[in-house]
Amino acid sequence: MRILCLVRQVLDAEETVRIKDGAVDLSGSKLVIDTMDEYGVEEALRLREAAAGVEVVVLAIGPVRCEEALRTALAMGADRAILVESEAALDVIAASKVVAQIAEKEGIDLIFSGGQQADWDSQALGAATAERLNWPQATWTSALTLEGGQLSGRHDIDAGSETFTLALPAVVTTQQGLNDPRYPTLPNIMKAKRKEMRRDSLVDYGVQPRLRFVSAQVQVKERRRKILDGKDAAAAANQLTDLLRNEARVIA
Amino acid sequence: MILIVAEHAGGKLSKSAYEMTQAARDLNREGPLTLLVLGSGVGAVANQAALLADQVLVADSPALAEYDAEVWAAAIAQIAAEGEAHTVLIGGSRSGREYSPRVAVKLDAPLIEDAISLTDEAGELVADHYIFLARVTERIAAAGPVVVVTIKPGAFSAASPNATPSEQYDAELDLPERRLSVTGRVTEKSERVSLPDAEIVVAGGRGVGTAEGFTALVEGLADQLGAAVGATRAVVDAGWRPYSEQVGQTGKTVQPKVYIAIGISGAVQHLSGMSKSKVIVAINRDADAPIFKESDYGIVGDVQTIVPALIRELKGS
Repeated sequence: MRILCLVRQVLDAEETVRIKDGAVDLSGSKLVIDTMDEYGVEEALRLREAAAGVEVVVLAIGPVRCEEALRTALAMGADRAILVESEAALDVIAASKVVAQIAEKEGIDLIFSGGQQADWDSQALGAATAERLNWPQATWTSALTLEGGQLSGRHDIDAGSETFTLALPAVVTTQQGLNDPRYPTLPNIMKAKRKEMRRDSLVDYGVQPRLRFVSAQVQVKERRRKILDGKDAAAAANQLTDLLRNEARVIA
Repeated sequence: MILIVAEHAGGKLSKSAYEMTQAARDLNREGPLTLLVLGSGVGAVANQAALLADQVLVADSPALAEYDAEVWAAAIAQIAAEGEAHTVLIGGSRSGREYSPRVAVKLDAPLIEDAISLTDEAGELVADHYIFLARVTERIAAAGPVVVVTIKPGAFSAASPNATPSEQYDAELDLPERRLSVTGRVTEKSERVSLPDAEIVVAGGRGVGTAEGFTALVEGLADQLGAAVGATRAVVDAGWRPYSEQVGQTGKTVQPKVYIAIGISGAVQHLSGMSKSKVIVAINRDADAPIFKESDYGIVGDVQTIVPALIRELKGS
């Protein structure tokens, strides 16, 4: 069995987003593997540890710097990596075409994709890929087991959660709670350097972007920032209540 | 035509259907505004939809009693193709975000996710949406014979109904087999107003100290205000509160009139779920907590004394 994990390299959540010439500028910022994708890699590794003959392949689509995120996944334990080099950001509908082609060529049985991307806030890549492959999907998955080619798990729905079963091949998107991703150990970081890192060019996949980027701006909502001293709790509570009633007019 | 997939629950058209209708009316593209109602026993829903649209398509079948991403995508893509829809609007709910990519791929269409604005500029569909955990607003454009768009809940005002209902037509559908078998379901239950619909949200973080502290402070204040209860991921991970109350990147997104954050430091992942609230109030002992930079009002101090004082103050009047 072969598992494909989609991996993205995103801005560290602690970093400030900067805009340059109307677009997000990531130069000089700390970039990390998307946490939602780490859940996918971790889950794939656990499935490999639980059964014989499982290979874990990690895939990123993006600029060369994305190799760092792939190296992190290799250091966690993935077997090999593929980078499809693309300088420009690719929308998910276009990207799903690349993923589907690779899944077919590599003989993939199960794909993990992050529930929501930390950069484009997209939730669509897993489902779009599943549709291209005519596979079923489970999104926002918070528990998963595999037995005899059948997945069982739990995933979030509009109001609550469901338990489900699903036959392979399938696409699974991740959710918090699925697992606790491992940290790469030093020996594994060393080992990861010798693992296969294949570089493809986006041109080979015949993909055209489907969205046109126009502009980006940092979301600034001016806040009043009236911060009171709470040493005298009763006085502060009285003052805050008055502000909410008579200035903001948001409570009765 | 503009095709709107009308979300509904409990025999009633959802708020999102009204919001998507407003988005479609503002967009003012040519062709009839068409609402699609999928489900079983949805006659009442279809009647409500008839007051919003130029025409209503109804697929009322036991096979549609329960949602399934593949079944929904197949049904919507068939109707969009047959009706030559140029714009397909889908609610930005968890399910809408899940099946919309399949609809886009089936129609060979671009997908705009979670639009907060939508305009037609020389035939191109232009939308704003939030990216980078809702810290950046990005403007994107999509062209083509058909574009699929999910609409962020709460981003558009609710459309007012027309005086007379439009015609309803039955939709003939060829539905695929379900491949995801549902073996059990846990529905969120709360005696309080639901988080996404609440006008006031009181939320607690680790700073409330304990599960008991959460109950006393956060629930206590929420009860006083008739508010919904929210929690940070740390509090949910600690097992103090159910996941259904989590606000943030991996939980719910809310934009109430007022969001009161108690003992919440303000991690980016949490802010992404509530930063669009009209007024934000923070109570925290750490004056340097990032939440204060995002707040309209705040009190620096011990939540254990301030929140009870606030509850007393609200009771007293």
